[in-house]
Amino acid sequence: MGEAIVITSGKGGVGKTTTTANIGTALALLDKKVCLIDTDIGLRNLDVIMGLENRIIYDIVDVINGRCKLKQALIKDKRFDYLSLLPAAQTSDKSAVTTEGMKEIIKELKTEYDYIIIDCPAGIEQGFQNAVAGADRAIVVTTPEKSSVRDADRIIGLLEKKDIDPPTLVINRIRKHMMKNGDMLDIDEIVQVLSIDLIGIVLDDDEVIKASNHGEPVAFQPNTKASIAYRNIARRILGESVPLQSLEDESGMFKKVKKFFGIRS
Amino acid sequence: MQDTKTKQYVTIKGTRDGLTLFIDDRCSFEDVCRELIDKLAVNRPEKEEQEVPVTIKLGNRYLYDDQKEELEKIISDESQFTVQRLESNVILRSDALEMLEDTDIKIENRIVRSGQVLEVKGDLLLIGDVNPGGKVISTGNIYIMGSLHGIAHAGAKGDKNAIIVASYMNPSQLRIADYISRAPDYESDGVYMECGLVDVEKDKIIIDRLQVLAHKRKSLRAFERRIING
Repeated sequence: MGEAIVITSGKGGVGKTTTTANIGTALALLDKKVCLIDTDIGLRNLDVIMGLENRIIYDIVDVINGRCKLKQALIKDKRFDYLSLLPAAQTSDKSAVTTEGMKEIIKELKTEYDYIIIDCPAGIEQGFQNAVAGADRAIVVTTPEKSSVRDADRIIGLLEKKDIDPPTLVINRIRKHMMKNGDMLDIDEIVQVLSIDLIGIVLDDDEVIKASNHGEPVAFQPNTKASIAYRNIARRILGESVPLQSLEDESGMFKKVKKFFGIRS
Repeated sequence: MQDTKTKQYVTIKGTRDGLTLFIDDRCSFEDVCRELIDKLAVNRPEKEEQEVPVTIKLGNRYLYDDQKEELEKIISDESQFTVQRLESNVILRSDALEMLEDTDIKIENRIVRSGQVLEVKGDLLLIGDVNPGGKVISTGNIYIMGSLHGIAHAGAKGDKNAIIVASYMNPSQLRIADYISRAPDYESDGVYMECGLVDVEKDKIIIDRLQVLAHKRKSLRAFERRIING
């Protein structure tokens, strides 16, 4: 029996879809059977980031409306056998998706997969309710910005009313130098305000955008900062205790030289 | 009938502060009205005289709102009498329970997050934080064992003596009765262990150390506060 995890944030553009793709990929790298679900009907992106856009034939609305079987709509990933994607509909009517429909799909997927990662749309309307409906636990994504933390707080409040485990937190898009200068909210500050467990921090990394544009989640790359961060999150989801990535890196000679020349990392 | 003739339902006494009407609490309301009309017809003061305040003591009688109105109408109509107070020994059970609820301390242990509103009757003891965008409302005092970042509204039904206490005070707004104060526009650090209360002289909400409460608010008990302030 698998576990369904919803990735949500409230605010748009904080990296829900990227996080979904990468956590899914990272879990697949750890030999887990993973299915990704895109619930952002009308504005689907997950398929693009996974590089599976061209393979879509049926989508989630087709499944709910009974136009196809669930298995037919699932798209197998190019790289892994056990990573699948259930894409969102791009054109169909939004109202077709109901909480009951979602629950049923997830229930069916759970028998087959270890992890079902649900990409939640922005906002707190029906789309959010649908995405959360079948989930066992939630991961809230936020960035170190006030507006994003506010929305995360709101979302956590809504999640607490649902019958799921307490959500955990991913802080995305951290810019080291801004945080050091106090121009961005501190990690401790965010965790204190939201008062939920931190499951990972992800540094702002150009590689993430580059990888997304290539349809190849950054988690595949062996040693960029962001990919390590995502793989650490995946390990923490499996229950391992992995220390948080340090914001201070590059120790030793190299850093000293850089500092000498006044180069900021 | 003999008995009703001898015993009066309404007794009028003059005091320094006007008249006091003692109304028998065993007879019917209609009898009271009838007798009152008769008595007032006899004792009605002249138009030129100044207004006379009247206190009505009802004993163990409960009056409904329409009865109160009727009584006041009888007394105040075409006379110089004005009803100042209606005193009764009894209140409705539901009113009493409501009063009790109003004076209770409600304990909540949770985090009031953005968009959430926690509203209670009586005093609120919150063990947890009020996050930015969150709101707590009470008709009495608010005590927060945690950080107050959002909005707190004490004395929501108009109790100016209500106070707001927080372990860490960095609110976006404090409201007490109909007073509102907001945080300054510049970014400010909060303060630890402080309270907000209405300063009567300045006529606004001030934030001060908890220690000042000892002499500024002698009694924090909601019930006593109500008795003292009516």
